Amino acid sequence: MNINATLLGQALWFALFIWLTMKYVWPPLQKAMQDRQKQIADGLAAGEKGRQELAAAAEKVSQELKKTKEQAMEIISQAEKRSGELVEEAKNQAKVEGERIVRAAKSEIDQEVNRAKEQLRAQVAALALAGAERILQKEINATAHGDMLKRLESELG
Amino acid sequence: MATSGAQTSGEYISHHLHNLHVGQGFWSLHLDTLIVSGLLGLLAFGGMMLLARKASSGIPTGAQNCVEMVVSLVNDQVKDTFHAKSDLVTPLAITIFVWVFLMNAMDLIPVDFLPLVASSAGVDYLKVVPTTDPNLTFGMSIAVFFIMIGMNLKFKGVRGLLKEALTVPFGKYLFPVNLLFRIIEDLAKPISLALRLFGNMYAGEMVFILLAVWMGASYWWVPAGVLLSLAWALFHILIITLQAFVFMMLTVVYMSMAAESH
Repeated sequence: MNINATLLGQALWFALFIWLTMKYVWPPLQKAMQDRQKQIADGLAAGEKGRQELAAAAEKVSQELKKTKEQAMEIISQAEKRSGELVEEAKNQAKVEGERIVRAAKSEIDQEVNRAKEQLRAQVAALALAGAERILQKEINATAHGDMLKRLESELG
Repeated sequence: MATSGAQTSGEYISHHLHNLHVGQGFWSLHLDTLIVSGLLGLLAFGGMMLLARKASSGIPTGAQNCVEMVVSLVNDQVKDTFHAKSDLVTPLAITIFVWVFLMNAMDLIPVDFLPLVASSAGVDYLKVVPTTDPNLTFGMSIAVFFIMIGMNLKFKGVRGLLKEALTVPFGKYLFPVNLLFRIIEDLAKPISLALRLFGNMYAGEMVFILLAVWMGASYWWVPAGVLLSLAWALFHILIITLQAFVFMMLTVVYMSMAAESH
């Protein structure tokens, strides 16, 4: 054990190195490390946020899909219903139209029948008159016997 | 190894334990201790300074990564132990750990290597491991002691420090005993710090020297001596790191005791 002034020299070296570390080594290193820590923390937070957003987006997409599917189903069922209605309507219309045509035909037939009847009546009346003329050999005054002829006509109707 | 010249074992050993010094009595300097420790410190802290200047907060690479690992290891220890706020304690701890570690690591260079280089350059004595010089360990521990007193004054003030010294642990009526206890306690701190480091490193160096002497006795011993030296060097890596860590850790503990009331 040989204590001498070296001790003072060593203390001076020590002081110098502490000062260097305190002034020039530790603060910049500490700052770099803290900055990095912050960057990493921020990055992790951003990653976590992104992950959550992705999950939310996926959830939204699936919901939208579900909704769209439901809408599509609804549209399809509506279309089916509508087409059914259309067919039914068309059927009804056809039926009505058919009935109308049948009715018109019937009424035309009736008219034709009536017209034929009228003609027949007129001819029958003329024939009757001619017949009576022949029989009586005498001209019958149409105006004088009009009433009788008319009655005959109505009897034929 | 030790067979050069007509040295006896005793001469060889004392040669290795002799410092290169100038001056007489107290006012003499151990140049080897001063130069080796100074060069190591300048290299380490100068390098760290340059590195810290362009330290990036991006992905650390190579040397920056290494330095950051050491520095954050020390900083974690300081944060665990020292709870007050101080800009000094972490740099102090970093300085102690890095510097003491490097000086201890000089022990891993084969004992005769640097002294042989030095003697061929005309320097007769060279004690390579600065921490085997009590001047260095006491220089550091006394500096720590003064910083500790400064810490006491800063956090407690003169009045607080006096009150603590006089009343703890036995109350105010036994103040002479308290004061005596306090003085002994505080003086024991630098002494134990310095002697612990000095003792460990001196003993470790001694083992290397004795192994070298043993190998010098006969060529028969060289293989076993090399193996034993290697084994001791491997074990010594642990001691080197541990002693640097212990010195640093105790310093931080003393600082935290100084900053907090008992």
